[in-house]
Amino acid sequence: MSTTEHPSEETTEPDWSTVQASPEFQALRGRLRRFVFPLTAAFLVWYLLYVVLASYAPGFMGLKIGGNITVGLVFGLLQFVSTFAITTWYVRWADKRFDPHATAIREEIEK
Amino acid sequence: MTSPILNISIFAIFVVITLAIVIRVSRRASSGAKDFYTAGAAFSGAQNGIAISGDYLSAASFLGIAGAIALYGYDGFLYSIGFLVAWLVALLLVAELLRNTGKYTMGDVLAFRMRQRPVRAAAATSTLAVSFFYLLAQMAGAGGLVALLLDIKSKTGQSIVIAVVGVLMITYVLIGGMRGTTWVQIIKAVLLIVGAGVMTLWVLALFGFSLSALMGDAVNQAGSLGEKLLSPGAQYGKNGTTRLDFISLGLALVLGTAGLPHILMRFYTVPSAKEARKSVTWAIWLIGIFYLFTLVLGYGAGALVGPDAIKKAPGAANSAAPLLAYELGGTVLLGLIAAVAFATILAVVAGLTITASASFAHDIYVNVIKHGQVQDEKGTEVKVARRTAVVIGIVAILGGILANGQNIAFLVALAFAVAASANLPTILYSLFWRRFTTRGALWSIYGGLAITLVLIIFSPVVSGKPVDAATGKSPSMLQGVDFHWFPLDNPGLVSIPLSFLLGYLGTVLSKDKADPAKYAEMEVRSLTGAGAEKAVVH
Repeated sequence: MSTTEHPSEETTEPDWSTVQASPEFQALRGRLRRFVFPLTAAFLVWYLLYVVLASYAPGFMGLKIGGNITVGLVFGLLQFVSTFAITTWYVRWADKRFDPHATAIREEIEK
Repeated sequence: MTSPILNISIFAIFVVITLAIVIRVSRRASSGAKDFYTAGAAFSGAQNGIAISGDYLSAASFLGIAGAIALYGYDGFLYSIGFLVAWLVALLLVAELLRNTGKYTMGDVLAFRMRQRPVRAAAATSTLAVSFFYLLAQMAGAGGLVALLLDIKSKTGQSIVIAVVGVLMITYVLIGGMRGTTWVQIIKAVLLIVGAGVMTLWVLALFGFSLSALMGDAVNQAGSLGEKLLSPGAQYGKNGTTRLDFISLGLALVLGTAGLPHILMRFYTVPSAKEARKSVTWAIWLIGIFYLFTLVLGYGAGALVGPDAIKKAPGAANSAAPLLAYELGGTVLLGLIAAVAFATILAVVAGLTITASASFAHDIYVNVIKHGQVQDEKGTEVKVARRTAVVIGIVAILGGILANGQNIAFLVALAFAVAASANLPTILYSLFWRRFTTRGALWSIYGGLAITLVLIIFSPVVSGKPVDAATGKSPSMLQGVDFHWFPLDNPGLVSIPLSFLLGYLGTVLSKDKADPAKYAEMEVRSLTGAGAEKAVVH
């Protein structure tokens, strides 16, 4: 391995398996997976719905709902809105609900 | 109408300013590998987010999407949505965990709990493949851009310009490493987004800030296509195959981004997972806003320049945005936008080159050839990386000259398809699946890569599309031969699920079990950031 640039790094390896088995870590892991997996599934389904509609229902997507603004345009812009919203939601969740627990475990490991 | 001297002067000013900055920031750098690859992990989340958007918004994004919207209307918009939504995969599943477990390359994460040499070799192979296709697309794009902006029509003249772009890129990378490259990307992102923003406001002002009025005018200019501009299908709605092709493309776009090695490497330039999260947030906002601009610019070009004028211009669809700039602000604005487009190509190719050279030096040279036994103090690793950068630069120049005139969007789609098939399944399995093994990783990387390449070689993109009556040429890469048997242009629909399947099969068919201790270390580190690479304080 290339030599480390951080002389302060511990020489003894933490016991990762013990940390992994601890209830605190299992809770953290569950917390992350319960948040990101359903959310990922949701936005992928929402996106694929859009792609399938654009591909197989161009008539519906071409309906005008005011001036030259079509259902498809609104649908497309909603993909932008949902992407921005999920980003904001995730960052808030991660800052408030995930980071404090992750930091606590890390400090426990590194102390 | 173009003023080549003005265009070249504005671009030359950009080059001089960025070179000066690159030289300035590189003085602060140490000579170590960490500094060359990741700028000491010392960029802030905001800086890195801007640089990511600079890395991601390639010439294909700017010129290609605006052009596609101008000519095909709504169908062009579909690309930008895929390119944007894709970032959620990076944000939710990849960025932070990757930052916590890796050091310099994608291979660091993939090989973390596997047998180092085979997995690193596989990761480097796929990194080099993706980077090569992406690089080729950018260099080929430079040729087309030159034709339009500098009024250089001879192939020799264009080749010289491609060579100049390549040499400049090598210079940036050699002098500045990741630090210099990042600054070039930041400057370029700001110029590009501000430039597109000004043009967007300008176009909207001409139509009384009514998107509906703008689209109405675009429809009136569109001739036979007319109202079709407003709904999907102008490009992809012809028949069952093109519809399926569109789904395939949509899948590759949304799953490809989080597997692009040059994007992944950017997450190592920040000090922590939290900053990586901030980077992605910045990138999503900037990229999203930029794509909203391209929607207005595309319809604006359709309305103000007209599809006929765009199709007749030397760069065809790619010339929509520059022609719109000329229509709005004359030669000066055209010159500015031209310079921004060049800067775009330069910044993206520099990012790709540093990624590819890091992967070769760190994964192949240090870990595969030297079994990880390289003393960093002597700077051997960086020396290898620099030499690799020169080689890649030369290959890119030659490849770009050969690929000049090829369809840029196709090459980019190819890079995304390989990234989504070979890289993403392997990354997700490594991070989240306890049982994943070395064999699983090798099968999903090499299998994904091979399936993608085979399907593309035998797709209509390479051979067998019917001859277009208007141009007298087939839109396929090769003329006059037909050996295609795969019906779709984009392989994603088949190659992505198969790669996931191969990763699964390779794992359950492994004789060796996954190492539970290594998985424990990887999981704890990835979630908590314990033992993660720290920033270097100068």
